Amino acid sequence: MSVILNKDSRILVQGITGSQGSFHAQQCMEYGSKIVAGVTPGKGGTTHLGVPVFNTVKEAVKETKADVSLIFVPPPFAADSVLEAAYAGIDKIICITEGIPVIDMAKVKKHLDSLRKAGRKIIMVGPNCPGVITPEECKAGIMPGYIHKKGNIGIVSRSGTLTYEAVWQITCQGMGQSSVIGIGGDPIQGMNFIDALKLFKDDVQTRAVIMIGEIGGSAEEEAAAYIKENFNKPVFSFIAGKTAPKGRRMGHAGAIVEGSSGTHEAKVKALSEAGITVVENLSEIGAKVAAALKTAKAG
Amino acid sequence: MKLVEYEGKELFAKYGIPLSKAFGVIKNREDISKIKIDSYPCVIKAQVLAGGRGKAGGVKIAKDKAEAEKIMEKMLGMKMVTHQTAGKEISVDEILICESANIEREIYLAVTMDRKAGKPSLIACAEGGVAIEELAHSNPEAIIKIPVDPETGLLDFQARELAYALKIEKEVFCSFTDTAKKLCKLFIEEDASLAEINPLIVTKDKKLIALDSKVITDDNASFRHKEWDNIPDRESSEIEKEAKEIGINYIALDGNIGCMVNGAGLAMATLDTIKLAGGDAANFLDVGGGANVDQITKAFKIILKDPKVKAVMINIFGGIMKCDNIASGVTEAAKNVNIKVPLIVRLEGTRVKEGKEILAKSGLKIHQADSAWEAAKLAVQLAGK
Repeated sequence: MSVILNKDSRILVQGITGSQGSFHAQQCMEYGSKIVAGVTPGKGGTTHLGVPVFNTVKEAVKETKADVSLIFVPPPFAADSVLEAAYAGIDKIICITEGIPVIDMAKVKKHLDSLRKAGRKIIMVGPNCPGVITPEECKAGIMPGYIHKKGNIGIVSRSGTLTYEAVWQITCQGMGQSSVIGIGGDPIQGMNFIDALKLFKDDVQTRAVIMIGEIGGSAEEEAAAYIKENFNKPVFSFIAGKTAPKGRRMGHAGAIVEGSSGTHEAKVKALSEAGITVVENLSEIGAKVAAALKTAKAG
Repeated sequence: MKLVEYEGKELFAKYGIPLSKAFGVIKNREDISKIKIDSYPCVIKAQVLAGGRGKAGGVKIAKDKAEAEKIMEKMLGMKMVTHQTAGKEISVDEILICESANIEREIYLAVTMDRKAGKPSLIACAEGGVAIEELAHSNPEAIIKIPVDPETGLLDFQARELAYALKIEKEVFCSFTDTAKKLCKLFIEEDASLAEINPLIVTKDKKLIALDSKVITDDNASFRHKEWDNIPDRESSEIEKEAKEIGINYIALDGNIGCMVNGAGLAMATLDTIKLAGGDAANFLDVGGGANVDQITKAFKIILKDPKVKAVMINIFGGIMKCDNIASGVTEAAKNVNIKVPLIVRLEGTRVKEGKEILAKSGLKIHQADSAWEAAKLAVQLAGK
């Protein structure tokens, strides 16, 4: 088992004819992912990378039965692309695009929430994220495929390159990953840590979880509270930004909304109190996980 | 981007939010004698981004022309330290001159993005003014938060509910609900990440006026706001601006180890790793996911502009960005720029073998490391020599 993606996932790529979309769609194909269609308005009827290109997601879904959308559409049009996928019936939407205005994401969230209230089970990952991979089955994203290995560690992360770092260390320890989810670091995003943890909780393949966070926001604190009450697999965490300079702040609204949460200290405290192993040295993530799981096995 | 008071007020005016009369903005000394001030007393306000300017002498009242000119002369070019400038001096390069107001009551009103709720939030407090943050801590119940629909904006009934909760006087009731709705509209349409009025005042003759403005815009939305091109970036240093122009995220720091990293998270974690190894980074630098050889060359030059830099650590995990591209950029830059400090490179990811080979064969003295931790230890050691 795995989460979000498996070998049967049928992916359509929105923005497949752009340079990024084209390059990464090809990389995903080479990894073994089933890319079944592309969507670029105005290029319907053509073929790109050996798959049919459609003008609309609706058409693409009807013709190819795609069930995952991977989005590389530029920022001015990306939010609309997410909604196009959602309203065309796709329940797994992965948006790689970086630089989408926050208010656009607030509007997307409103629509996705109302679709969910109507019974749809939509998962949206991103934006501004590396995507999702289930090693040796399916890759929908921009991560380098070869660093991954099938295994039983679930990884969820707010940062792209930090995810690769954790993945690679796990692979170097002779272990592997069940699925890796890059949720992205934008202020308003689709899936958050808790959503990802819920998936890993029910996944029998996943034995332990690595959660990579960073300063700002309160997602890590909320995840800690969730883990304390609801999650019984070992969780390891790394939080980037311990030494980051405090931003010059203007106005008071941010502080009023977020209070004291968001600092490195507050996050580490919340995570530790929830029984999560917080790794301080970036380069020791893999070793710490390996050692802890070995001990657990021996015990 | 952060706007200064008068720029924020220009947006307020565009949306019809009531303001006190402004007589003009002074940017150089010649303007001081030319400005026409119709009524006294007037208020002279330093246009700086940091809060706390009142206590630092950045807001003064003048009772006549002579006094106004004296204050303007003194304030223009003044160096100022407030509780929000982190001990650093900021220079007053612009001043705004407004009509003074007889304040009867101060209210706090702002819109910001509530990350947790995933929508804008209107925040209000019956008592505005400088102590709002303290009040939020000591008496959080006094702060009212109202979720705002990102498509419809603030609804009439929400504005009314807020006005009743704040016990807004009947003389300014409609003006208040109107202002609250307009502030939300501004926030959404102008792609703000903060739109704050503090204080929003009721005058003794029962008028509602936005006495100050704080607006921050969402940089991601610049593609649909060509007018932002005219707003100067007051926050970044020259070197930070230069980096921004070539699409590199650079922030100067106090240490002596220059850093080049891809991805903001890994860049932050690299600073942490250097600290853990006993050193301090000279900068935060994220070259981004799709940087090319040219960009890396420029990033290199930017790092080396800082005279404090005693070693440079490159930490790249190649995803989109391939290690051989990084390696080519590094060697090319090293050949263009005369590097006198030790260079420590840690490459991992796509085409790492080719990248490492390019570095090894470059004929340059490059220290290669296999992990961020090793690279950081090496950098700290070499920078200390």
